[in-house]
Amino acid sequence: MSAINDVAIITRRQLLLLSRVPEVLIFSTIQPVMFVLLFRYVFGGSIATGQPGGYVQLLMPGIFVQTVAFTLAGTASGLAEDMKKGLIDRFRSLPISQSALVVGRTLGDSLLNIVVLAVMGTAGYIVGWRPSSGFASIGLGFIFLLFFGYALSWVGVLVGLSAKDARVVQNVSFIVTFPLTFLSNAFAPTTGMPRALQYFAEWNPVSTMVAACRQLFGLENQFGATAGSFPSEHPLITSLFYMFVIMAIFIPLSVRKYRNYAD
Amino acid sequence: MKSIIAHDLVKTYDKGKVRALDSLSLDVEEGTVLSVLGPNGAGKTTVVRILTTLLRPDSGSASVAGIDVIKSPEKVREVIGLSGQYAAVDEILTGYDNLVMFGELYHLGKKQAVVRAHELLERFSLTEASKRPIKTYSGGMRRRLDLAASLIVKPKVLFLDEPTTGLDPRGRQEMWGVIQELVKGGVTLLLTTQYLEEADQLADEIAVIDTGKVIARGTSDTLKKQVGGERLEVVVEQAHVAKTMEIVAAVSHNKVTLDEGLRQISAPVSTGSVALFEVLKALDSAGIHALDVGLKRPSLDDVFLSLTGHVAEEKVEEELGKKKSKEKAK
Repeated sequence: MSAINDVAIITRRQLLLLSRVPEVLIFSTIQPVMFVLLFRYVFGGSIATGQPGGYVQLLMPGIFVQTVAFTLAGTASGLAEDMKKGLIDRFRSLPISQSALVVGRTLGDSLLNIVVLAVMGTAGYIVGWRPSSGFASIGLGFIFLLFFGYALSWVGVLVGLSAKDARVVQNVSFIVTFPLTFLSNAFAPTTGMPRALQYFAEWNPVSTMVAACRQLFGLENQFGATAGSFPSEHPLITSLFYMFVIMAIFIPLSVRKYRNYAD
Repeated sequence: MKSIIAHDLVKTYDKGKVRALDSLSLDVEEGTVLSVLGPNGAGKTTVVRILTTLLRPDSGSASVAGIDVIKSPEKVREVIGLSGQYAAVDEILTGYDNLVMFGELYHLGKKQAVVRAHELLERFSLTEASKRPIKTYSGGMRRRLDLAASLIVKPKVLFLDEPTTGLDPRGRQEMWGVIQELVKGGVTLLLTTQYLEEADQLADEIAVIDTGKVIARGTSDTLKKQVGGERLEVVVEQAHVAKTMEIVAAVSHNKVTLDEGLRQISAPVSTGSVALFEVLKALDSAGIHALDVGLKRPSLDDVFLSLTGHVAEEKVEEELGKKKSKEKAK
């Protein structure tokens, strides 16, 4: 089908861009690796987890989720950049599937995530991360992470296409993703937060994703999950639900925005 | 056969407050070049964006190569080429990569896309730079590559939106050469520009637009006639201005104008070089040495000024000055 072919060409362009500017790949992996090391050695010593293997076991799923959440910013700023240069006009005037550019962009960004997750996983292993579940379960955990990144990438499409200025995009994306990743169970137990925040943190998709990954990587300890709360007890289902909802809302909105973006 | 027809196009922004296009109509005969000429904000880019399916008009209709732009945009995209105001190519990729990618997006297949990329690079003198990223290209090279990208599958109708804006004079000359070559190949071309000289050089017909409407159209000659015939211009020393004005008035029988700063006296004349000769003779017998004498056909700048009551852009003054001195040099 030619639509699939179009998407493949655009995705390949993303990869070609990466190979021409290896700095992008290097910096997209340095930052999460730096986070792994910082959190592991700065907080790791002082946060009591009661977890065999220590803080790093709880930390890694948290950092994985945070990293894929930043896909939103990557997609958004990439698109805003294309728009600024007039590339989107060029693509839209071609006889190709009208959503090929955005679909290709989101897929390309997800492929980048595979590389980033692989590097982070290796770094984590070096500093003591040992997922204790089986191969299939660990693999499923990574598929969950990629899927979550992909869903957020579509939020990024809408942010990128809506922004009037490429410089704003980066800021907006961080304002959205930073609090979401910290108001969660990713780095510290939610039990220490004020009640209202704790409630928010429980339902935060980042928390449910982190909890889902911890479960898939074989951890019993859910880092202060509130007993009896639905998202804490059923993180897999809740996360899946969130991902489908995000895509069900943002894919149609983004594609529509792309088609009419100049109107 | 008309290749492009736009009928009563209206496009407003900000909930109707800004009228970018105000019932604009135009058409272009197959195989000819129409230049849409107007200042910034006149609506040039909006017309191009509607005709290339990037934008929907609020009302009105348009067709390109006989295909309805609003009803069958995907079919229109198959027969057009668009090169916009910004060189819309991937800066990080090489010229070659860009062309192959666009070729594949036009469904040429990898092999054919590679062949076509080499052909176009050769044709636009970019072969040497083909393996360099676009960000190392000069402005003119980027525009040529952008144009090449719009020619990958020979389009029936080509749209060039301000193809030389921002280029230095040399880049502009090169681009003109490339466009003239294209036109010889028989493509239908709609070109927007705010350079009056450019429209004069490249177009068979010119549509002058201002505030979203076509305010005049015709060949460059017809438009020039609208502003009247030739003008005689004489520059003399300050001491001789008054006497020279008398002489010019006697020959021209028309209103004589004086530019005090330039000490330039000018007046419309109907007899061309005869009038020029008469004035020179009269000046000679009055013992006045003219610093500069010339006959000037009205420029498109004059056309624009007389049609709209305002100059096309700030730069016009400067360009007018340059053009005058060039013509006088001849």
